[in-house]
Amino acid sequence: MSSASPAEYIGHHIQNLTYGRLPDGSLGFAEHAADAKAMGFMAINVDTMGWAILCGVIFCYYFRKVAANVSVDKPSRLQLLVEMVVEMVAGSVKDAFHGRNALIAPLALTIFAWIFMMNLMDLVPVDVVPMLAQAAGLGHMKMVPTTDVNATFGMSISVFLLMIYYGIKVKGIGGFAGEFLFHPFGKWMVLANLPLELVSFIAKPLSLSLRLFGNMFAGELVFVLITALIPFWLQWAVSVPWAIFHILVITLQAYIFMMLTIVYLGQAHESHDDAH
Amino acid sequence: MNMNLTLLGQMISFGIFVWFCVKYVWPPIIKALEERETRIADGLAAGERGKHDLELAEKRATDLLREGKDKAQELIVQAQKRHDEIVEAAKSVARDEADRIKQSAAAEIEQNRNRARDELRGQVARLALVGAEQILMREVDEKAHRDVLDKLAANL
Repeated sequence: MSSASPAEYIGHHIQNLTYGRLPDGSLGFAEHAADAKAMGFMAINVDTMGWAILCGVIFCYYFRKVAANVSVDKPSRLQLLVEMVVEMVAGSVKDAFHGRNALIAPLALTIFAWIFMMNLMDLVPVDVVPMLAQAAGLGHMKMVPTTDVNATFGMSISVFLLMIYYGIKVKGIGGFAGEFLFHPFGKWMVLANLPLELVSFIAKPLSLSLRLFGNMFAGELVFVLITALIPFWLQWAVSVPWAIFHILVITLQAYIFMMLTIVYLGQAHESHDDAH
Repeated sequence: MNMNLTLLGQMISFGIFVWFCVKYVWPPIIKALEERETRIADGLAAGERGKHDLELAEKRATDLLREGKDKAQELIVQAQKRHDEIVEAAKSVARDEADRIKQSAAAEIEQNRNRARDELRGQVARLALVGAEQILMREVDEKAHRDVLDKLAANL
């Protein structure tokens, strides 16, 4: 990538492969960031979707493989690995979620494993896949789905919908609405309560997705910056420590997303009055 | 940073993966984990029970051993006692027998002595008579002096 200036190089690396209606009316991939923006909502980031689905399929394939051949007495190494993850998730759910819901634990496992897989793509050297894609005629290729807000919001909005669904299901519409009206200051302060509770409620999915997106985007950007600004024979001195540190970050981010999901859904299952 | 259809696509993919996990991944694995947990708990409980049984058996064995020792001791004491009794009985039988023999021997001796004395007494009387005849040089009327002689014999 020596032919491009650092700014062009970085800009190239943080643009998704977006498919939609081009300004001239035909369907195709956006060449520049402005084109992608002009496509509006009716466009799709093919790279995000592709890698996310690939990661999800890999997760499903291996976990299903273990689940289908699960052995109580003679677990394979893969099974031990899977069990470790499952036990970690089950333990977290047990600690943070006190209701009765068979969906929460598998949901948490899916979130943890899927986000971890998607974040893991960050450790693939930043140029390898985009160069291969370029050779195949695709102008852009962002390998890490969690550096795309669409992916993180896709998950956090799903969690948000589940929070509303279970909130209404467990407490009834009245109970659910009451949480917004009568807390935290009691029923004489409805006007003060409503905006406070609404903001904190809406902030949950926002913080959930933006935290993950921010961390992953920043991490990816550091890798890209290293590649763009440091001579190739010295890059290892910075990128290797950053990658090792990043192993911690991607695991932690997956864990935080999972844990907050459990906590938020736990809150949806118990009313304030029970907790106090 | 454009929001577009990818958002919906991601939500749909997420839903499918969660559904798959809920239906096909989570239940078998968690079931196996729970089964292993029960098995380990059972095994530990069985081990604990075995240990307890062993302790009980050891205690019982010690008790039995002590009981056996006590019984043996008792038997020895009894045997000693019986032995003493038998010896004592034998001694007393022997003493009785010895007394009896002594008495019969004494009776026999007494009898013999009496007989010898009577005999001696007769002979002395006859001797006295013969002596008296010699001294008197004449016939002593035995009939006339019978009472004298008898008195003499009785005095011997």
